[in-house]
Amino acid sequence: MQALYAQLLVGLINGSFYALLSLGLAVIFGMLNIINFAHGALYMIGAFCAYFLLNIAGLGYWWALLLAPIIVGIFGMVLERTMLQWIAGLDHLYGLLLTFGLALILQGVFQNFFGSSGLPYAIPDQLRGGMNLGFMFLPIYRGWVVVFSLVVCIATWFLIERTRLGAYLRAATENPTLVRAFGINVPRMITLTYGLGVGLAALAGVLSAPINQVRPLMGENIIIVVFAVVVIGGMGSIMGSIITGFALGVIEGLTKYFYPEASNTVVFVLMVLVLLVKPTGLTGRAA
Amino acid sequence: MPEVTMATRAPAAASDAGTVLGVKSLEAWYGESHILHGMNFTVNAGEVVTLLGRNGAGKTTTLKSIMGMLAKRAGSVRFNNRELIRLTSDRIARLGVALCPEERGIFSSLDVRENLLLPPVVRDGGLSLEQIFELFPNLKERLSSQGTKLSGGEQQMLAIARILRTGASFLMLDEPTEGLAPVIIQQIGHTIARLKKEGFTILLVEQNFRFASTVADRYYVVEHGKVIDGFSNAELPANMDKLHGYLGV
Amino acid sequence: MTTITENTVPAPPRAIRDEMIVFVIMAALLAIVPFTGLYPFFVMQALCFALLACAFNLLIGYGGLLSFGHAMFLGTAGYCTAHALKVWGLPPMLGILVGVAGSFVLSVVTGYISIRRQGIYFAMITLALSQLLYFIYLQAPFTHGEDGIQGIPQGWMFGVLDLSKPTVLYYVVLVGFLAGFLLIFRTINSPFGEVLKSIRENEQRAISLGYKTDQYKLLAFILSGTLAGLAGSLKVFVAQNASLTDVEVAMSGLIVLMTLVGGLGTVFGPVVGAFIIVAMQQYLAGFGQWVQVIQGTIFVACVLLFRRGIVGEIAHFFKRSL
Repeated sequence: MQALYAQLLVGLINGSFYALLSLGLAVIFGMLNIINFAHGALYMIGAFCAYFLLNIAGLGYWWALLLAPIIVGIFGMVLERTMLQWIAGLDHLYGLLLTFGLALILQGVFQNFFGSSGLPYAIPDQLRGGMNLGFMFLPIYRGWVVVFSLVVCIATWFLIERTRLGAYLRAATENPTLVRAFGINVPRMITLTYGLGVGLAALAGVLSAPINQVRPLMGENIIIVVFAVVVIGGMGSIMGSIITGFALGVIEGLTKYFYPEASNTVVFVLMVLVLLVKPTGLTGRAA
Repeated sequence: MPEVTMATRAPAAASDAGTVLGVKSLEAWYGESHILHGMNFTVNAGEVVTLLGRNGAGKTTTLKSIMGMLAKRAGSVRFNNRELIRLTSDRIARLGVALCPEERGIFSSLDVRENLLLPPVVRDGGLSLEQIFELFPNLKERLSSQGTKLSGGEQQMLAIARILRTGASFLMLDEPTEGLAPVIIQQIGHTIARLKKEGFTILLVEQNFRFASTVADRYYVVEHGKVIDGFSNAELPANMDKLHGYLGV
Repeated sequence: MTTITENTVPAPPRAIRDEMIVFVIMAALLAIVPFTGLYPFFVMQALCFALLACAFNLLIGYGGLLSFGHAMFLGTAGYCTAHALKVWGLPPMLGILVGVAGSFVLSVVTGYISIRRQGIYFAMITLALSQLLYFIYLQAPFTHGEDGIQGIPQGWMFGVLDLSKPTVLYYVVLVGFLAGFLLIFRTINSPFGEVLKSIRENEQRAISLGYKTDQYKLLAFILSGTLAGLAGSLKVFVAQNASLTDVEVAMSGLIVLMTLVGGLGTVFGPVVGAFIIVAMQQYLAGFGQWVQVIQGTIFVACVLLFRRGIVGEIAHFFKRSL
């Protein structure tokens, strides 16, 4: 039984990363109509950022949580300004190709300098150790990851669905030309939105560093699963991405306990099933 | 309708003889299609000017070109002594120009309040929320409804209301009465008359020229992307036959 | 919105004649390769990838569907053929047929699932499906996982052609490539191809004209996947192995890159692109992960500056259809 709860926890943790990453992807897709293939690489760079901040600047985990998303977010905004804006008027598939190329570049560079093995990143002192909950032993850091991710997801949801700034974002997603004609600088908003999405990916990277170590390839496999999450949930709603992300993480964890051989593939199988039954994804808005 | 006291508006600063908008040789393209072939007209301070014409004549394209929403344009659009032809639409909006589009453009992912508050205030002199609610009492009751759940008439009210808050002095209304019941059309007519009294300058596009004749000071007839005729409201009765010919009514 | 290919030059009869001339030249050049100093295995490998890229291009260039999982057809046919040759001991032709049949079945199944969505969603679904297959192959015993199927016998085709001789094998592969290429060429210029192109341009219009667009897209997908499988089967003879590399995402990306460099939506672009990229892979083999960086840079450069691709630029310059 312990093993089941342990696997469930792993599932929740993976679900946290799926949720944060698919949230960022959904936000970027909504505004820019681009599937950001580089998302996995930026998640990886977020983790590396935390590593560098610690080992070069002596700034620890809590600094990394704040600074890494900002640094990587700014880097993302530069990418958007210099390259993505250039292809804004073209078929959206070019955005996929461009960001795929960017992902290859980013991953290749890091792989060249750091190989394929993982660099260590320690759990911060305040979050070490664990609690005995009776039915299971909960490592504090892992509990923190789930709770903090949930908070960030809900905060992002609140920002988008309930604030003035979010209203601008939602309106610009629907009809950017008209929003611009009201006097709002839509191109700047698009850049900032890309930065926000990228920042969320980097944040996930920092959270992931003490658990999964810091490896150049850490983005590569997770991004495809996140794509499947996004297809299942549908890109239509922010809340949909969050819920689907956590849910699929848990399902993956449970599969690992009950039927381990299928744990790698269960998300994809679910994707196939959803596509056969409800092609527009669970939250229903069409592509 | 209760009398609304609004702050007395200073007439917009004008170049010669109170011309707010001067359009000269305006051309515009949608992709490869050459829609406007040289529009020429003026709008003076405090006037309501109407562009009449058949479907596809280029009236909506003209408004969108003035607003800077078309990528490819040429010619000259002078607004209060500023040349707009090279500016982006957000810059133009911030100079005090506002558009109420033909499709109304109510955002489905925003509720009524968010739709109303969306366009930012670009200068002083805009209406306050109270004044807007006195003009459009229906909106006050529907603030938390999703924007597109409103009826056609209510959506039109919302589309007009939200640009009144911004402080824009020059309003462009694209077919505000299209598809609406006569009672609502009357209400819109009253609203435009009220706005005119308060010093707004309005450029109207209308197919329903009977409605237009209740509010307009002057008319231009547009055909194939050019202005082919123009007359004042006083001259309208004398030109009715000609107008019927132009509009194919 | 610009459709994905900028090489939308309509093909009047004169253009088809131009293309046939280029085809004959290409076939002639390829036929004399064994007499030049060129290393035949390099050219054979390039031919396999050229066929693969042409099959991919059929789908994107003429159907408007970007498949990011075409490696799954390459790999599946490869594994099937390898297994048939090594374990079942089938003669080469039957081995190829088994491989092609395998990719045909896969394309029917995956096509049925993927065609339900368009554009970006379609790309993501094909990507996820190929990843699903990757994990299945990773664990399936018959593929030998990370090791792959090695030491595959080349055998005697039809009992008379000794495929262990490079020159003989070369001509067999060349015939396979030319046959596949001609089939694609014929398809593009047929009524079916015209409908496909019109679906790419404006699907709504095609639907309103009464075409069951989903069926057309599915057929194109099946044809594309099956021919990609042919490439995979031929490649088994050339490389004498079948491995996981053939089913990886990186392989799918490589296919896209070849077609992009050569020219999406052109007839000869994928061939040119395949040769260039295969050559590049060989040349840069010692550079480790920098290959990845260079590939990525080429992707980015093509999308930003060079969307028509090499053949596309040439065709544009001469105002011909290539």
